[in-house]
Amino acid sequence: MLSVSAHELKKNYGAVKALKGISFDVSEGEIFGFIGPDGAGKSSLFRILTTLLLPDAGQASVCGLDVVKDYKKIRKIIGYMPGKFSLYQDLSVEENLSFFASVFETTIESNYHLIKEIYSHIEPFKKRRAGQLSGGMKQKLALSCALIHKPNVLFMDEPTTGIDAVSRKEFWSMLKGLKKEGISIVVSTPYMDEASLCDRVALLQDGIILKTDTPNAITDTIGKKVWAISSESVYKLMCDLSGYGGCYSVYPFGQMVHYMPADQSEELTLVENFLKERNHRNISIEIIEPTVEDCFMELMRINKEDKR
Amino acid sequence: MRSFKGFVIKEFYHIFRDKRTLLILFAMPVLQMLLFGYVITNEIKNARIAVWDRSKDVITQKITDKLRGSGYFNVVLEIDNEEEIEQVFKKGEVKEVVVFESNFAEKIGREGVAKINIIADASDANTANLVVSYTSAVINDFTVKELRAVDPPMKINTETRLLYNPEMKGVFMFVPGTMAMILILISALLTSVAIVREKETGTMEVLLVSPLKPSQIIIGKVTPYVALSVINALSVILLSRFVFGLPVQGSYTLLITECVLFIIMSLSLGILISTTTNSQQVAMMLSMVALLLPTIMLSGFIFPIENMPFWLQVVCRINPSTYFIIIEKNIMLKGTGFLSVWKETLVILGYTLLFIGLSVKKFNVRLS
Repeated sequence: MLSVSAHELKKNYGAVKALKGISFDVSEGEIFGFIGPDGAGKSSLFRILTTLLLPDAGQASVCGLDVVKDYKKIRKIIGYMPGKFSLYQDLSVEENLSFFASVFETTIESNYHLIKEIYSHIEPFKKRRAGQLSGGMKQKLALSCALIHKPNVLFMDEPTTGIDAVSRKEFWSMLKGLKKEGISIVVSTPYMDEASLCDRVALLQDGIILKTDTPNAITDTIGKKVWAISSESVYKLMCDLSGYGGCYSVYPFGQMVHYMPADQSEELTLVENFLKERNHRNISIEIIEPTVEDCFMELMRINKEDKR
Repeated sequence: MRSFKGFVIKEFYHIFRDKRTLLILFAMPVLQMLLFGYVITNEIKNARIAVWDRSKDVITQKITDKLRGSGYFNVVLEIDNEEEIEQVFKKGEVKEVVVFESNFAEKIGREGVAKINIIADASDANTANLVVSYTSAVINDFTVKELRAVDPPMKINTETRLLYNPEMKGVFMFVPGTMAMILILISALLTSVAIVREKETGTMEVLLVSPLKPSQIIIGKVTPYVALSVINALSVILLSRFVFGLPVQGSYTLLITECVLFIIMSLSLGILISTTTNSQQVAMMLSMVALLLPTIMLSGFIFPIENMPFWLQVVCRINPSTYFIIIEKNIMLKGTGFLSVWKETLVILGYTLLFIGLSVKKFNVRLS
């Protein structure tokens, strides 16, 4: 059975079209990621799937239950972590957890095995008020609270936004652990590097899904190599390369730029010489496999051209 | 059941960890009682007066002593000519001058009538009014008791004004209103703010995505406030009994039952307010403007409804506090039973059902 299924979901806020027809399926025990920038429609989509918002058009179901008609049943079997930290800041870690356990008519003890790996990180601080926890610890607590009733499907809206790199890694390894428990996970993130940690991802932009596939398949379909170029000034590299005749696209990527030539057989040395002429020093050019982010930029570009 | 218990415990944590809520909950009722009891009062105590005794006989002396001993007046001056009256008023030394005509005792003995002239400083009209009627009352009392005079002309007038409050104690008037105000404020304001706070902080989003029914959320949310409001009602009754010496004439059980009913009505009103807004500030303003002001101004608490223009009287009749204050006055001051307040009780019950019905209808099981 499909854990989540959506067909042509649409949602408008007045004149603003947040979702313009979203369709996808999530299999049981899958980690399904929505990757997209702020404002792509991720939160609206999650709120529809968690029965908090009504779609203007289209259907969606969770574990075979309709999100509009069967909302009461769905609320018993899903876990939800909203994008904003939504626990009681004036309650301690332990009080929050036991409150949410009681809401689902269960106890911390009976499902402790499920949250043990996550909760053990914050258990030493269980007397501390939730409002005084660090960002990473808050999210671990929120995850524990969302899991305490052993949901079939877990929805997490940007769980790693605003927390440090180490906590983010820990968080994802916890999700892998939950997968083993048979819990399907639907997660959204604005961080492209987290895409490779999902079983499948959907690239979301302006209320439409650009592509849905496994991370590897997505990077394969682009069919182009990417050049990672660095020199002393990223800014100058950007300016010069975008003025270069054989340039197809160029994006800044950390301390480097990712460059795609219009002609895949373009000689590497030609570009290097061009950059040397422009007084770049310490030039390094490396041909790499495209990342999900490269694909995202490429798909966005194609999507924009289609519209024209 | 486990979820209900968990919810109530959680709610108590919120209340006892928030200083502002605690302050409103426990300091405000006491403060308001003391404020209304002591400061905003229409009784007089130790008003400064002067006496011009042109007769200086046994009877005038007795009346003067009676005025002194009443506790309302402080006879600070004895004057002996007409010009001085003007002077003492201009200096603002006294509020009133009592003038006995000459040969006072002799005239009473011979003609059965003697005159006392009461002159008051009416630049402060309210006080003047009070001082004069207090003085008349004391003299009236004296004539009845000491001279055994039958049927003095002022008697009827005084009688109606002094009926359930023989000493015209302000606190008797203010306790019922203050109680209504405290209960409606705590019940409606605090619950509406408490529910809207969950919306504002996003926790409502998580509560909605849970098996909790709207009724469970609401009942769990208000139960602690019912308990605390009842404690408040009791402390107001105790304060008025032991600090202001106002005994409850009627049945305590009936009074507390009526209070609980009014509390539940206020809570359902608070819930209704909370369903209309997502901002704590709006909820607070709505509760203040829509509840607090009418409870003070338009309920017969301070200003008599009969003296208002017709359209304001209509507003008063709509205001549920009006009915609660009538109930309270009947039970606390007149000592009447349920039979005298069943109509008002029914009105409040009706409002309760109306507010609960509207709230359930308006409570959004989703985000708007």
